[in-house]
Amino acid sequence: MVQPDAARAVPLEGLLALDLTGELGWLLGKILADLGATVLKIDPPGGDPGRCQPPLLHGPAGSVGAAWVAFNAGKQRTDLDLAVAGDRARLVELAASADFLLESEAPGRLDELGIGWAVLSERNPRLVMTSVTPYGQDGPLAYVPASDLELMASGGAAWLTGDPDRPPVRVSIPQAAAWACANAAVGTLIAHHHRRLTGRGQHVDASSQCGVLPMLVHAPTFWEMARVNPMRAGAFLVGRNVNGARMRNIWPCRDGFVTFAIYGGSAGRLSNRALVEWMAEKGMAPDFLLAIDWDTFEVATMTHREVENMEAAIAPFFLTLTKREFMEQTEARRMLGYVVATAEDIAADPQLKARGVWTDADAPELGRAVRLPVGWFRLAAPLQATQ
Amino acid sequence: MSATIEDTGAARLGERPAALADLRVVEFGGFAAGPAIGKHMADHGAEVIRVESRLRLDGFRTNYPPYKDDQPGIERAGMFAITNNDKLGVTLNLKSAAGLGLAARLIERADVVIENFTPGTMERLGLSHEVMSARNPGLITVSTCNQGATGPHAQRAGFGTHLTALSGFAHLTGWQDRSPALLWGPFIDYIAVAYGAVAVLAALEMRARTGRGCHVDLSQYETGIQLLAPVMIEHFGTGAVPTRMGNRHPTAAPHGIFPCAGVERWCAISVHDDAEWTRLRAALGGATWAGEESLATAEGRKSAEDDLEGRISEWTRVRERVEVVEILRAANVHVAPVNDMRDVFEDPQLIHRRAFRRLEHPVIGPHSVPGPAFVLPETPDVIASPAFTLGEHNRYVICDLLRVDEDEFASLEAEGALQ
Repeated sequence: MVQPDAARAVPLEGLLALDLTGELGWLLGKILADLGATVLKIDPPGGDPGRCQPPLLHGPAGSVGAAWVAFNAGKQRTDLDLAVAGDRARLVELAASADFLLESEAPGRLDELGIGWAVLSERNPRLVMTSVTPYGQDGPLAYVPASDLELMASGGAAWLTGDPDRPPVRVSIPQAAAWACANAAVGTLIAHHHRRLTGRGQHVDASSQCGVLPMLVHAPTFWEMARVNPMRAGAFLVGRNVNGARMRNIWPCRDGFVTFAIYGGSAGRLSNRALVEWMAEKGMAPDFLLAIDWDTFEVATMTHREVENMEAAIAPFFLTLTKREFMEQTEARRMLGYVVATAEDIAADPQLKARGVWTDADAPELGRAVRLPVGWFRLAAPLQATQ
Repeated sequence: MSATIEDTGAARLGERPAALADLRVVEFGGFAAGPAIGKHMADHGAEVIRVESRLRLDGFRTNYPPYKDDQPGIERAGMFAITNNDKLGVTLNLKSAAGLGLAARLIERADVVIENFTPGTMERLGLSHEVMSARNPGLITVSTCNQGATGPHAQRAGFGTHLTALSGFAHLTGWQDRSPALLWGPFIDYIAVAYGAVAVLAALEMRARTGRGCHVDLSQYETGIQLLAPVMIEHFGTGAVPTRMGNRHPTAAPHGIFPCAGVERWCAISVHDDAEWTRLRAALGGATWAGEESLATAEGRKSAEDDLEGRISEWTRVRERVEVVEILRAANVHVAPVNDMRDVFEDPQLIHRRAFRRLEHPVIGPHSVPGPAFVLPETPDVIASPAFTLGEHNRYVICDLLRVDEDEFASLEAEGALQ
């Protein structure tokens, strides 16, 4: 069994990060705190203006946004009024002995206040300062405001998502800031590595629009190499078939949705074969499915009609299953596929429980505990060779 | 035994020193989850050596369009090309004792191993972190897999699209009255890639302090949950089961994507406070409907959202996207074009940020690979070389790095160890 506590490590213990960020930059300091750094969140008097973004959580001590709790857990907090000279001097003092300073103001804002990179790095040449902004520190859009929706749009992710007969949609809850921060954390720690070798810090400039681009994966490559402009296809997967056939990837089941697709390749063929065997056991496999030679089966060359026929046979079968049955049987039968999980499904997932992912932590703003996902940086327990 | 700056590929090729030029990384596996972590390292000057085998090719070479001129081929695959720039490629037959021996010698000389096999595979090959760190105590191994190496679902293989659904993203994406929408590509892989690169760098910090490496067990699922933590905290705290809401926002309105003139031209518009609404109203030309008093407050706009979206669409759909964006930017209203996959190459800001880099691939020809989402002014990335062809650097890795002489190299080839 897993012993999550023994598996946790604090590789950045002893490093100090000053965190001046708003919503756009919260996760960056959180990632450093997850790794054991001391992260001091510095808020204006009265608190971070983003802390009351809904949905709100309530407790005996007050109310605060779920996102604020999620992305500021594990940080220490203090107030400084950067409009006041004394507090700015205090910040410069703190930064003189800090390892990292994280911020997400509009480009140039800290310079205007006399606490920008030039000033801070002169006092502390070892400092690594990371700025997370919508579009980066320079360029034609550097001063243009953007929320998650505009970043999902200008970063291309919205173009790829949603039903064809309705407008493109954003991806889940706000993600642009989180992706920007996860990537900014990579840049911040690369700068830290360089500092360790040279003693010199630098100003890391992270763009949230660029942070969205990894979501596009190879979609821009389709344009560049094949002059194909892939676009939203609802629950279907495109781009795996030379005839342009779309593969359904999300299917309704008895109590929600599951994800499964007809794939090629060795793993896909095994999975397809296992599904048809399962359907046959329930008397729901039509003859043409039973007749397919899976060893030579290729998804890439199927026609639209062939794909449609297969999917029309599979859909009614999935409608007879609950998510739980689907999960248990796909595992037992070594098929590719999972449930389309809700928060309730995730909360109940035995894998996450076994890995000790959930922890109850005190949220002083609420005066009660909240349950958080923790421990993604996990040292492996030695595995025995399996035969 | 760590790599030194002198004997890494970056120095060999006479390139300027980069932030990670002191590191040697060896990759095992394929697709995105492992190799895209290695790309972060390679982009910043680490010598990244990918171990491949002709007997089990990377799925990105074989099963993943697009291909150059629509013709499948192991050197023609776009997905492989954009994931493996600036790396060295060696082919080793891990089913042969000699091939395994070479892999072990390579790991002995590495700072970092990144692998995304099914849990237990490295152990079965005799290349586990436990075994290899006895010979190389500074070795850092990052193993990345779907759900982590322990727990009841450790052995579940799966593709990124499915795991993206398991971790909650799909349920939250799309329209409430419709099926959840599929997210493009192996979405969650790229969350785990950023966290994986962070894990490598954090482990390097730990090694710098203690002299010892470590083995990180990275669960892609768990990194995805990190980014949906607000949803889970809300669920645990209130019992709510949040669902998809199209483009809508809990309080801001309007908050949507609107049609512009032409086919499939869209723009995002959002209004976050009353002052911004006043600016939008003026920019729309002060239409009578927009002057209604009920719309002056966020609550009022929220309750009239359907109508509001319809009215704004009437205004946007008769204008070119560029015009809508220009007018609303001039009015300091949140707006952006919905860039399609052609637009991302032509977006002035993305061009300014050098978001894509043109490289010349020997088979594909000129093509773009993604640059990092951040700029390091003191140690810029060193993206310069296209993805390696299969076995391209066998001689360098085996003869120069592992000091195998020409005769032995020839016999290794003859016995199939370099398949």
